[in-house]
Amino acid sequence: MDLSWLIGRLGLEHLPSEPATIGAAIGMPLMALAVVAGLTYFKKWTWLWKEWITTVDAKKIGIMYGIVSVLMLIRGIGDAIMLRMHTAAAGITGGDGLFQTDTFQQVFTAHGIIMIFFVAMGLMFALINIALPLMIGARDVAFPWLNSFSFWLFAVAMILVNFSLVLGGFSNGGWLGYPPLTSLEYSPGPGVDYWLWTLQIAGIGTLLSGINFIVTIISHRAPGMTLMKMPVFAWSVLITMVLVLLAFPILTATLSMMTLDRLFEMHFFTSEAGGNPMMYVNLIWAWGHPEVYILVLPAFGIFSEIVSVMARKALFGYKTMVAALTAIMFFSFLVWQHHFFTMGAGANVNAFFGIMTMIIAIPTGVKIFNWLFTMYRGKIKFTTPMIWFLCFVATFTIGGVTGVMMAVPAIDYQVHNTLFLVAHFHNTIIGGVVFAFLAAITYWFPKIFGFRLHEGLGKIAAYFWQIGFLLAFMPLYALGLMGAVRRLDNYDNPEWTPFFVVSGIGVLAITLGAGMLVVQIAYSVYKRKTLRDKTGDPWDGRTLEWSTPSPAPFYNFAVIPKVTRRDEWWYQKLDGVKSLKRSDYKDIVLPKNSSLGFVIAVLVGLFGFGAIWHVWWLMIVSMVAIIYFAIRRGLDDDVEYTIPAVELYRLDKEARG
Amino acid sequence: MTKSTATLMQKEHSSPAQLGFWLYIMSDLMLFAAFFATYMILRPGANDGPSSGDIFDVNFALVETLVLLASSFTCGLAYLAAKYKQKVSFTRWLAATLVLGLVFLGMEIYEFAEFILAGHGPDHSAFLSGFFSLVGLHGLHITAGIIWGVVLLGYITKRGLNKNALRRLGLFSVFWHFLDVVWIFIFTIVYLMGVVS
Repeated sequence: MDLSWLIGRLGLEHLPSEPATIGAAIGMPLMALAVVAGLTYFKKWTWLWKEWITTVDAKKIGIMYGIVSVLMLIRGIGDAIMLRMHTAAAGITGGDGLFQTDTFQQVFTAHGIIMIFFVAMGLMFALINIALPLMIGARDVAFPWLNSFSFWLFAVAMILVNFSLVLGGFSNGGWLGYPPLTSLEYSPGPGVDYWLWTLQIAGIGTLLSGINFIVTIISHRAPGMTLMKMPVFAWSVLITMVLVLLAFPILTATLSMMTLDRLFEMHFFTSEAGGNPMMYVNLIWAWGHPEVYILVLPAFGIFSEIVSVMARKALFGYKTMVAALTAIMFFSFLVWQHHFFTMGAGANVNAFFGIMTMIIAIPTGVKIFNWLFTMYRGKIKFTTPMIWFLCFVATFTIGGVTGVMMAVPAIDYQVHNTLFLVAHFHNTIIGGVVFAFLAAITYWFPKIFGFRLHEGLGKIAAYFWQIGFLLAFMPLYALGLMGAVRRLDNYDNPEWTPFFVVSGIGVLAITLGAGMLVVQIAYSVYKRKTLRDKTGDPWDGRTLEWSTPSPAPFYNFAVIPKVTRRDEWWYQKLDGVKSLKRSDYKDIVLPKNSSLGFVIAVLVGLFGFGAIWHVWWLMIVSMVAIIYFAIRRGLDDDVEYTIPAVELYRLDKEARG
Repeated sequence: MTKSTATLMQKEHSSPAQLGFWLYIMSDLMLFAAFFATYMILRPGANDGPSSGDIFDVNFALVETLVLLASSFTCGLAYLAAKYKQKVSFTRWLAATLVLGLVFLGMEIYEFAEFILAGHGPDHSAFLSGFFSLVGLHGLHITAGIIWGVVLLGYITKRGLNKNALRRLGLFSVFWHFLDVVWIFIFTIVYLMGVVS
């Protein structure tokens, strides 16, 4: 019987066939089942629905982003372990390694996508949601419902990428999926479609968040906080979100074109009928290079806050910091071609992009020196976030320097697509982005949960990450110079084996570091009474988020603070904080919870699933439902509620103990 | 301008929703920019099929342009009528806008059907892929605009020209004018330049 009208190209042959993937395919549904059983047993479904799924509170959305990202970090590290164990084993045994080539390729593709989209971007949005509104003295983001919708798009995309393990397999075309390899002709299966729709859905969520946070920063700052009085983290978010706004539509467009190529046999990027695969490479990097800065600029913002608090000094060179951020925003759109110097665009084009790339090192260098000068003569507290910062300065600088090396087209011709490149970008992303985000988790954790993370365990984790990083990636620089290309699953050069083995040991050390983080969180939850943050200001902070009690109440501030200078909270503390009078409390308006963000995102996921498996009716039905629910949300005038001043006064007294 | 309209306009301009919507328009422009750039690059890739000069009828596109421009004009009139609380006049002008939008959409579908039936579908060559998706993307936006307009019309008929209605109508008219601007670029770059070369 022909069921293709009902199930498209779904079929039993798409179930996994290799031990590694079978394990995942069985394990993941079991885990999901365990969660469902747990929720039912403890009768937590209503709680989950009311407190989390329908929430529009930025702090809770931030926590959910954080949970998803940490889970994905574990999967991403798992992928990394598989990759490096495979290459080490391939050298030692002289054989084919542990996995089939196709599996190896799927793993490195998934590793890239998961680490960039679901760990780095996810943690970024977690931290922005948690810290930004508090930092600028806002009650919430500008569009709380949109924020919840963005998160659920992100979550749905995450489910899609993991579901591919169970059914159909993932793309094996690398994280950016260059055609013609990923074209219909050479990759007819559903893997590339999973990749396309995962990125598309997550990308649209990111774009909506971009708009949301720009408006939040422009129009929801506390009275008196002019742009130049904002904390540098807020500046970095503003600049980042401008990049999101301008770069992510290019991703949407590019992925749409490839989808049209694959779904309707069009010829944008095919190698026949006039199509132009290099057009794809240009477009994807016109998004992809700004994306790099989208990840790292918030990291810079985070460290600017941490250094200044831990050195107990105002940030050195605030204005140059802002100028450097703005310069990076501008230049990040003028360098995309350095990802393919070898395309053969000619000496002049390559020279232009090479020089532009080197110029970016200048504002970045300005930042490094600003941080160093902030520390100079400060009374530095060597807390966990500060340890992360010190690891970052050393590591990230190396990554920056190797980046400038590769900006020289002549050198790039030698190391293009080698492990040297892989080492370089891990150097900047782990040493820059991940270290910053892990520092920020420690830093802002008490504000959200009301207790600090254990310091000693946190430091041990940082040291493991730092040592593991060096072990894992320094050998890759050497291998790259020796000629080892990236994405290599097999080699017969015995001289490379020791380097691959050391790199494999490094990955295990990083894994221990990640394990220590889990232990740290678990132990801190256990010891939460002794680690409780009673003051709301555990680090002796400088910015507004530390002026409200910990954990931050759902309305953020009972009374929105007035700002007259940079580091307002620090100077208020020096002047003596005035306590609030009864008459200071006014009625406040807050957004109501809504289930529609979740509902529409799930429908978007079903639409994507239909497109992946060519289930046309599912696509039509879910699209109609999406439009219906979007209209319902659009016409809902009853989206806010009021907390009267009396009630607010009582809540605030309670929160302050 | 009376004092009340002045304050009204001031309020509109400072609203976060307005700012957010303008930002969305900006991101949409980037989306179109990517499709424009791709179209320009792929235009020579005709794959032994028709090139732009062979199939485009610039007079047809000119009529489309005039219809869309007229719809923008009626959209402006609808907004003015709404501002002065003239519900009957508002309903008429918004309905006119939507009808003109439908006429435009019908013409676009007719053109597409004509090309496809002549064997010049989007899967024939890179040039045609670029053409169909760029113009089709604009058509999708027009479709979304028409749905939005119909919903708005229904809402205002039922609940009257309240503050929320006016705010939404403001956003709708920004969207509709924006589509007009994009179409001017499509008319110039796709049709006019296509026939000239």
